[in-house]
Amino acid sequence: MPRSALRNSLWILISLGLVAALAPLAYANQLLLFNFIVFMVLAQGVNILYGFTGYLPFGYVGFFGAGAYGFALAVMHLHTGPWVALGAGALASVLFGCVLTPLLRLSGAYFAIANLAASLAIAEVVSNPALTDLTQGPYGVSLADTFAPTLSYGAAVAILLLTTACVLVLRYATLGLALQAVRDDPISAAMAGIPVVRTRILAWLLSALVAGLIGANFAWYVSVFYPDNVFSPDFSIFALVFALFGGVGTVLGPILGVLLLYGLYNTIGISAPQYFQLIYGLLIMVLVLFLPNGLASLLRRWGIHVI
Amino acid sequence: MLAYAILAGILFGLYFSLVGLGLNLVFGVMRIVNLAHGDFVMLGALLAGALYGAYAISPVLAAVISLIVFIIIGFPLYYLLVPRLLQAPDPEMLSIILFFGFSQVIESVTTIVAGPSERSIPGRAMGTQPVHILGQTFPAAWVWSAVASAIAVLLVFLYLYRTRVGRLTRAVMADRHEALASGIDVGRISGLAFGIGLGLAAVAGAFAPFMLGGISPASGVSLTIQSFTVIIVGSLGSPLGTVLGGLIYGISIMLMQTYLSSWAALLPYLLLIAILLVRPSGLLGHEVRHA
Repeated sequence: MPRSALRNSLWILISLGLVAALAPLAYANQLLLFNFIVFMVLAQGVNILYGFTGYLPFGYVGFFGAGAYGFALAVMHLHTGPWVALGAGALASVLFGCVLTPLLRLSGAYFAIANLAASLAIAEVVSNPALTDLTQGPYGVSLADTFAPTLSYGAAVAILLLTTACVLVLRYATLGLALQAVRDDPISAAMAGIPVVRTRILAWLLSALVAGLIGANFAWYVSVFYPDNVFSPDFSIFALVFALFGGVGTVLGPILGVLLLYGLYNTIGISAPQYFQLIYGLLIMVLVLFLPNGLASLLRRWGIHVI
Repeated sequence: MLAYAILAGILFGLYFSLVGLGLNLVFGVMRIVNLAHGDFVMLGALLAGALYGAYAISPVLAAVISLIVFIIIGFPLYYLLVPRLLQAPDPEMLSIILFFGFSQVIESVTTIVAGPSERSIPGRAMGTQPVHILGQTFPAAWVWSAVASAIAVLLVFLYLYRTRVGRLTRAVMADRHEALASGIDVGRISGLAFGIGLGLAAVAGAFAPFMLGGISPASGVSLTIQSFTVIIVGSLGSPLGTVLGGLIYGISIMLMQTYLSSWAALLPYLLLIAILLVRPSGLLGHEVRHA
């Protein structure tokens, strides 16, 4: 790794960590700040998969929900502490990713739709009244014992840094180049000696891992939630749109996307949801038609280098 | 009970073929995924409901009206969205996001104009006498909706296989670039196919209140997923496959509801994933799997 890359990475991680950790001191609504972190992690997770492999995870929320329910099940049935439960959430999500690995054989729209169906299927299983003994079914989960907002906020900052570090590694290390080569032309990449299947599965499970971690963290932070909350398709869509708006395949693009769009959402979205949905839908359409490579490509055109 | 489930499955299967057909036509001709398909079904349902409520117009006539209205809307819409999209580096993927945005726009505008409440049409709009088929009794609305769907599907096949424009449409489906090279006005053919796709969605919508229950502006997403299941079980881009997919989907839904009702909602998703993994091209499709 060249020295400039190392310097950039440290600079990004330190400033991101400081801002995220100190923001609650300057701004009282900690839940909102927490949601910003959640979406930054999810947008980066989408970035890992879509930006570096070209697979569009249209049901990305499946991993998030699997993480949240992994956390909840560990706390409810195994009576573990929150840190072990975080691990359980990540494990649940990675296992779900392993089960879905065969989906990577599909290409293009087929993968996106199969992934969407998979996320709806796991949501349907978790919220099925027949499983009330195990998951509380549609009646939701309450985890009052582990409730600790400040501590779990700190954990979210750590997960954000971990995720960003993963994207930095992909951006600067050979692995990221290998993934991008596979994305652009799998056959040539295979001829150049890149283990196509293994690198793809690695990116897929990495992206499942970060979504599962932040999902578990979400369960810890909010402590009371319903299947509809943690499996809401909005998570997939928002994460995708934020990542695309900022620019996939870059490190700062998705973070920028979350700051701008989620900021916009909170300024106008709460008071008039229908009008917000309208503006949001139009924004997505304009984005795809006129700026398909995101804000990063626009900034690059103006001569500003986006890492 | 088995005979009832299978016959009801065939009725619903015919209807589901119609629900998926428009989506498949658009994908087959343009290679783009119209994620707003379910919203057009929803619009058709609301339009039919409004026509029945205000002028007591029968849903069958409402279906014909909405077919014409949406073909006329679809043509300019095509020129507004699709040519620009097809220039992008990865149109198939970006279309998913573009039409997701479009579906949000439709849902919000409909909510603002018509309110968020659920609408339905009373079953007597389609006849009051229950119909007996092979010793089983079904509500008249089911049977006539299925018959109307079958007629609509048949008309689409006549269009595709017996008219000049239909032959050109199939040429574009087979190979867009060669169609262009042999002098076919690909833009106009695609625009027409786009309009017909939206129109068919709206026609399916006119019968949705009888087959699927009340429809609200937020119903679009689940309708889109059901349509996807149907056309992927059949195969993406193949109209005949859609009919097969619709029948399989309808019959399996009815069997699930009869014998295992608490897990019935899971079926479309599992069927979708299973078919994609075993035969990603669908039951009638050609090879599509890459790398």
